[in-house]
Amino acid sequence: MSKTIINAPEGSLAMSMERVFPAPRERVFAAYTDAKAIPEWWGPRSLTTTVEKLEPRAGGQWRFVQRDQAGNVYGFHGVYHACVAPERLVQTFEFEGAPGHVLLESVRFESVAAGTKVTVDSVFPDLATRNGMMEHGMTEGAIETWDRFEELLKKSL
Amino acid sequence: MDALSQTFAALADPTRRAILARLARGEATVNELAEPFAMALPSVSKHLKVLQRAGLVSQSRQAQFRHCKLQGEPLKEVATWVFNYRAFWEESFDRLEAFLAATAPAESAARPRAARKPTKKPRRTS
Repeated sequence: MSKTIINAPEGSLAMSMERVFPAPRERVFAAYTDAKAIPEWWGPRSLTTTVEKLEPRAGGQWRFVQRDQAGNVYGFHGVYHACVAPERLVQTFEFEGAPGHVLLESVRFESVAAGTKVTVDSVFPDLATRNGMMEHGMTEGAIETWDRFEELLKKSL
Repeated sequence: MDALSQTFAALADPTRRAILARLARGEATVNELAEPFAMALPSVSKHLKVLQRAGLVSQSRQAQFRHCKLQGEPLKEVATWVFNYRAFWEESFDRLEAFLAATAPAESAARPRAARKPTKKPRRTS
């Protein structure tokens, strides 16, 4: 069972994620804004993450690049709109595989008895983006679709 | 329905995916496509229409046969969506928790397993 609480109502552009980490919030915030920490935790384990840019200040940019063993490259980038250590980050998030579909993320870091509660409020630009990023690839049927899909892509493209 | 949703809807059906898988091996006539399925030709034609509307299959007429061909572009577009936001963050948060535990400072008595490395200071690259 995941310890992350996710609230993503269907048909809504907003979703929120909540997770409590057993660590002081200075450290949790630092993990978000430290170029050395990011490759240690950001994204799936199966990918290698490189920090190309990380400027945690209002107006600063970030760009992280992930590579898989097959040599595929997945880029992500955005702009920080607020960076208030150790409480709050507001940033955009764009997956370069779907350029132009920009999400707005507000991240809150709160001290709680068990450590630090991180709340991420994300807003998708439109429902197609929301559905593309949230629904597809989640259900069993979709996972099968992706498997078949990879076979198809290998053969036809 | 936008193009992307149309592609996803077309791919949601196992028969249509099987048809695409067959076409990935090369062009085929409607009759050839119908063969592996215990299905009447009109049903196969119906599935083909959905695939055509989604731009995944094109048809051309040679002699009296209609030849079907796979079109890769919409698939390529869908492939970019394999990125899943929810799964991405669930895994990232699991990793973040492990990272925080592994880098917890020694004096943090509440977390005894801690402390292989000292806490890193945020570094700003600008």
